[in-house]
Amino acid sequence: MDNLIEIRWHGRGGQGAKTASLLLADAAFNTGKYIQGFPEYGPERMGAPITAYNRISDKPITIHSNIYEPDFVVVVDDTLLGAVDVTAGLKEDGAIVINSTKSPDELRGLLNGYKGKVCTIDAKTISIDCLGKYFPNTPMLAAIVKVSGIMEDEAFLNDMVESFKHKFAKKPEVIDGNMEAIRRSLNEVKGL
Amino acid sequence: MSIRERLSGNEAVANAMRQINPDVVAAFPITPSTEIPQYFSTFVNNGQVTTEFVPVESEHSAMSACIGAAAAGARVMTATSANGLSLMWEMLYIASSLRLPIVMSCVNRAVSGPINIHNDHSDSMGARDSGWIQLYGETNQEAYDNAIMACKIAERTGLPVMNCYDGFITSHSIENIELEEDDKVKAFVGEYKPAHYLLNKAEPIAVGPLDLQPYLFEHKFQQAQAMREAKDVILEVSKEFSAMTGREYGLIEEYKMEDAEIAIVVLNSTAGTAKYTIDRLREQGVKAGLIKPRVFRPFPYAEIAEALKNVKAVAILDKCDSTNGAGGPLYTEVTSALYGAGITSVKAVNYVYGVGGRDVRTDDIEKVYRDLQLDVANGIQGTPYRYLGLKG
Repeated sequence: MDNLIEIRWHGRGGQGAKTASLLLADAAFNTGKYIQGFPEYGPERMGAPITAYNRISDKPITIHSNIYEPDFVVVVDDTLLGAVDVTAGLKEDGAIVINSTKSPDELRGLLNGYKGKVCTIDAKTISIDCLGKYFPNTPMLAAIVKVSGIMEDEAFLNDMVESFKHKFAKKPEVIDGNMEAIRRSLNEVKGL
Repeated sequence: MSIRERLSGNEAVANAMRQINPDVVAAFPITPSTEIPQYFSTFVNNGQVTTEFVPVESEHSAMSACIGAAAAGARVMTATSANGLSLMWEMLYIASSLRLPIVMSCVNRAVSGPINIHNDHSDSMGARDSGWIQLYGETNQEAYDNAIMACKIAERTGLPVMNCYDGFITSHSIENIELEEDDKVKAFVGEYKPAHYLLNKAEPIAVGPLDLQPYLFEHKFQQAQAMREAKDVILEVSKEFSAMTGREYGLIEEYKMEDAEIAIVVLNSTAGTAKYTIDRLREQGVKAGLIKPRVFRPFPYAEIAEALKNVKAVAILDKCDSTNGAGGPLYTEVTSALYGAGITSVKAVNYVYGVGGRDVRTDDIEKVYRDLQLDVANGIQGTPYRYLGLKG
């Protein structure tokens, strides 16, 4: 299947990895793509490792299995490194993007010898600066858009403004902060 | 114009129900079907439908309430999964024998035990002889389309319809979908005018009286005859649906079967994974094909036999085990179809797969086609009753 991009998300229950994967599906859908967004349902508990998936393509997607050889991996919590084999099956010409204050070089040693591109983003600092609270999913969403190149920054920003207007219709005061978090995240990914 | 959307299977089905605006919905929540009554109750609360929503205390009561309402003359819908369907057991047979056109989405999940919330087909397959029409859908789109068509099929046949699709894989995954406009769906299903119903004071009737040796046999024959005739009704309704949407449905779907030498028969979402795998194998010159039954009750015996008559070998995949010491329910029906049509040249093997939500990978599907190539070359070695993805 041409242009099929497969993404796997690793997070901990309660951090919004599932929501972020659905937001990514939404953003790609809004730019005309075929999409899938689905979490791996299990006995979720707050803080337990969870996995979610995205497929994005220019053509209809018929495959209905989990993703074993992703093009990209997103790690929403760097304490998962070492606990979960986050690079399992990850394509060497793909990339992993990790939420961390550390640099890509500092984390590479924790990635089971993965030779592809390693990117990091400090979602915590961005989130606290822009939103006053720690919500990693918005920065991570922007980071994977940047790293995967599935859409142009401008198209993504325009789509997110509309999406936040809808999502936060009852608390518009948070829209600016979220948009600022996205803008900063697009510019602060390390290791590109 | 259809509306381009992205929804989960459950959201899509709940929206079909909103568009249909049935008179009564009675349901009890059970994973993974819970979202259907959950979303629907929101539509009720927001005044988007005029449905009487009955939040009952069990699935037995859910089906009982559906039966009472349908007998009274209402258009009725519900949803359930797994053990919820088990608890409805007694009432499933009563609904079908009373010829009540209830539409129920069955979001397929493994029946306990051991307890498991994930997808297989042990729930609806267990109810295959309960007198309900069973439709199976591969995607959120098919779950939505079948929900709309089910309404008309049920009312024209006087039989209840189960709209089956895979729990989580289809029910909870967000995918692209084409929705129809509300007014078009309303016009398609039309107004329900039951021929006989309890609330018709001009024609007092009894529903469900004792039926002993003199007539029960004849009534069961009529039920079976309605199921035989349902094939034509399903095709007729599907044609009307296609005229509205451009999306075509038959009793079975064939994928690359024209020149196929080896084929898989499989229900629901795994058919999509098989299509993807077939495309890869075709690039390598492997003449692989797929048959996806859309309708399991009534079973499309003649259509499946016709579609398979020229293949050398077929693998029938069952997402549940009949624990009969031999093949699963789909295998039994497909081989019966071949035998009944006098076709003995096709080698047929069975794979039980995906039980309890075991993920089905493209590699698994490829392995089945590779096995079939060996079966063609060497004949079936060992048992035809096989397992796929079982840990050794």
